[in-house]
Amino acid sequence: MEFTLKTFIFYGFALLTVASALVVVTVRNIVHAAFSLMVTLFGVAGLYVFLQADFLAATQVIVYVGGILVLILFGVMMTSGRLEMRLHIERGQLLLGGVISAALLMLLLTIIANTPKWKNLSDDGEQLEPTTRRIGELILNGQFLLPFEVVSVLLLVALIGAALISRKEVRD
Amino acid sequence: MGLEYYLILSALLFTTGVIGVLIRRNAIIIFMCIELMLNAANLAFVAISRHLGETTGQVFVFFVMTVAAAEVAIGLAIIVSVFKHRQTVNVDEVNSLKG
Repeated sequence: MEFTLKTFIFYGFALLTVASALVVVTVRNIVHAAFSLMVTLFGVAGLYVFLQADFLAATQVIVYVGGILVLILFGVMMTSGRLEMRLHIERGQLLLGGVISAALLMLLLTIIANTPKWKNLSDDGEQLEPTTRRIGELILNGQFLLPFEVVSVLLLVALIGAALISRKEVRD
Repeated sequence: MGLEYYLILSALLFTTGVIGVLIRRNAIIIFMCIELMLNAANLAFVAISRHLGETTGQVFVFFVMTVAAAEVAIGLAIIVSVFKHRQTVNVDEVNSLKG
């Protein structure tokens, strides 16, 4: 594989994503973890652009960075208070978790390595075709219409439930 | 840039999330690690969808994002209300349902 600008940028994004994910897992300050998660989410959005999923890249930034991450930051601010902004990791859990995760990683990599004939995805001559139209057609032309509606009701129920759970208790 | 690079990256990201869920004891950090795992799965979806030349995988990612948003909303509401009662979000100390 020749070392083009494209591969260079890909490795840059890949490194950024994995490194910031590791920071999320290891850092002691929970606010730093949240901001590091933001870098990871941006990195994944960049990789979506590489995979020509332009609509998903935009959605990733809007929903994850703009919505979910802000929610998580609110959660951090409302729960860390004075006592546990800084957290420790127990050594026994680190050992056991490391072993289990290493086994899982080996399993996944073995499966990837043993699947033959992955196609090369970087077709340089290919034009970037916007995916918004095709996603919209798939959702609204019937094939995914029912899951789409179900998911929208699920989201509504979840939001009402969240408001109900976290409100102040009314005593009568 | 072959598909396997994306899948290996996805595997790394997923494993990082698993490590986090296993070793961290703060409920919110565990949440972030679940988001990492969902993102890893999404990345694999998009990569394979590109590999097959279809858009169906991207529609699935769309649904995964919606479920992730619902999960975060409910989860944080639960964590906040647990914090109100117990003054902690350490999952080792929130164990009164344990037999």
